[in-house]
Amino acid sequence: MPQGTSIRLEGCAKTFEDGTRALEPMTLEIEGGETVVFLGPSGCGKTTTLRIIAGLENPDDGGRVFFDQEDVTDLPIEHRNVGMVFQSYALFPNMNVEENIAYGLKIRKLPRSEISTRVNEMLDMMHIHELRLRTIDQLSGGQRQRVALARAIAVQPKVLLLDEPLTALDALLRERLRVDIDELLRGLEITAIYVTHDQAEAMSLGDRIVVMNRGRVAQVGDPRAIYFEPEDAFVADFIGTMNHINGIVREGYFETEGGRIALRSAPEGASEIFFRPENATIVEVSKAMLAGRVSAAFFLGDRTRLIVEGVGQEKLTIEADGRAKYSEGDQIGIDIDPESVLTL
Amino acid sequence: MRRTYRFYAQLGFTLLVCSFLILPVIMSVMAGVTENFFKGISSGVTLRWVVEVWDLYADTIFLSLVIAIACLACTIVLGIPAAYVLSKRQGRVARMIEELLTLPLAIPGLAIALALIITYGGFRDFRSSWVFILVGHVLYTLPFMMRSVLAVLSTADFRSLEEGAASVGAGFWRRFFDIVIPNCRAGIVAGALMVVTLSVGEFNITWMMHTPATKTLPVGLADSYASMRLEIGSAYTVVFLIMIIPLLVALQLYGQPKKKQAENFDDLEHLESRTAKSAHMRSKS
Repeated sequence: MPQGTSIRLEGCAKTFEDGTRALEPMTLEIEGGETVVFLGPSGCGKTTTLRIIAGLENPDDGGRVFFDQEDVTDLPIEHRNVGMVFQSYALFPNMNVEENIAYGLKIRKLPRSEISTRVNEMLDMMHIHELRLRTIDQLSGGQRQRVALARAIAVQPKVLLLDEPLTALDALLRERLRVDIDELLRGLEITAIYVTHDQAEAMSLGDRIVVMNRGRVAQVGDPRAIYFEPEDAFVADFIGTMNHINGIVREGYFETEGGRIALRSAPEGASEIFFRPENATIVEVSKAMLAGRVSAAFFLGDRTRLIVEGVGQEKLTIEADGRAKYSEGDQIGIDIDPESVLTL
Repeated sequence: MRRTYRFYAQLGFTLLVCSFLILPVIMSVMAGVTENFFKGISSGVTLRWVVEVWDLYADTIFLSLVIAIACLACTIVLGIPAAYVLSKRQGRVARMIEELLTLPLAIPGLAIALALIITYGGFRDFRSSWVFILVGHVLYTLPFMMRSVLAVLSTADFRSLEEGAASVGAGFWRRFFDIVIPNCRAGIVAGALMVVTLSVGEFNITWMMHTPATKTLPVGLADSYASMRLEIGSAYTVVFLIMIIPLLVALQLYGQPKKKQAENFDDLEHLESRTAKSAHMRSKS
């Protein structure tokens, strides 16, 4: 089996007919067999990028799309040999499950016996054999998306494109199907591009994540890099929870209303630091780096989420052990692991 | 449940209105099978008048059927692609054309016929053939087909369906015939029944456009009312009803917007998420 198709975008921008700029010129290299997740808020250009790769949109003049060494920019989607899964499933209501999966194979004029073998393989792979003869309106959302996946993979595409495939499902189904999709992508070793606005999906599925914002790539990296070393405030805020404290750096310390923190590397002039809730620990007020006041406490079982004010201008989110009890107005001391403090 | 006075009042009123509407039809049918209308039904029941209608007007009946079928063919070939294109266009012009589709309802058939005669009346062969009437019928019925198909095209997400088909390799024509047409079927069937029904019963346009050699059923009906015994005109109505009622019944059966079968869809989803949950719990423990 070939090692998966690589994809290269060169200066692909997209301006719609009404003049909106959906995507600034984008250059991106995706390796064969890799799973890349496009992550960002709605309107960030992630779906547009996917549709350019699929061949459903043309990039503005000058943009090129390559599959391996082949320039596919001018090929329409039906000649690119991609598999695509849509948020709305896009299954054909006039065909049953089996016929939906077989449709692409019929178009390729495969012999009947081969089609039926392949369809059966797909049904087994997606655990939907018993749904074989159902019509689409007899399926639930989760089942529909499994059929859609089977239909996309059945044609043995060079690239699998998934456009928010789980967004329309409820939370529990989403989690289960996510695990299945993960297994599937690892098993197939196919190049896959997955678009989502859900950071948990992105972190768990992506070999690499492309974080996008307002038509631009904000950061490209593996999930850990995106989480632990965000390159700008947008990425830091979009992935997980991030606290901000305003203040000034003076002689290696960051000073703010609630106290001061020794910084490992302290760029003079930095006026804001960032840290995640899990990097703060609650200590006695007298020994603490920072002091603040609890303004709200949410008991979540294994932990308690505290909203703390009085440290900087913005409220902080801190996590405490579930057993400790806090109420509004409590004075607490906070230590922050200096290693994990970010200055962007 | 106890039926109240109000229920019976409403039922009575409904029956009254229905009988007011249906009575003339019954009277007409009876007149068509009565030996002598002026003497009443006591003079005997006969199919003589129906047979006579057949002898006199069989050609109008056939012409009506031919025109209706030809009209259907034209509206399918022209109307479906036109509706498809309109549904794809988002612009203002497309919306305006959609609005214009209601126009044939507002313009008197006579005006349409007159316009056609003024424009094409000079072409003698065309003017005197039944194709001339066909053009009038197509003009009149095409919007009904288009609106019916458009209604279906706007309910489902055809853009995604087509993109789905394209992604597995279907080119434009395959998508059109494999995906678009089959999924519009409800609209096409409803539109087709409407077109045939309207064409068979069309009088205004046809009456203006017909020549003695190109009479359709409704024109023949008017002719028989004007120049024959009342019984023959009524028997003609019987023939017309026999032709049109099956179409109307079919229209009622298939013309209704297809009820979504996904009524118990929520239950399905619910069930699935519950089984997912229990599976999840089991795997945890």
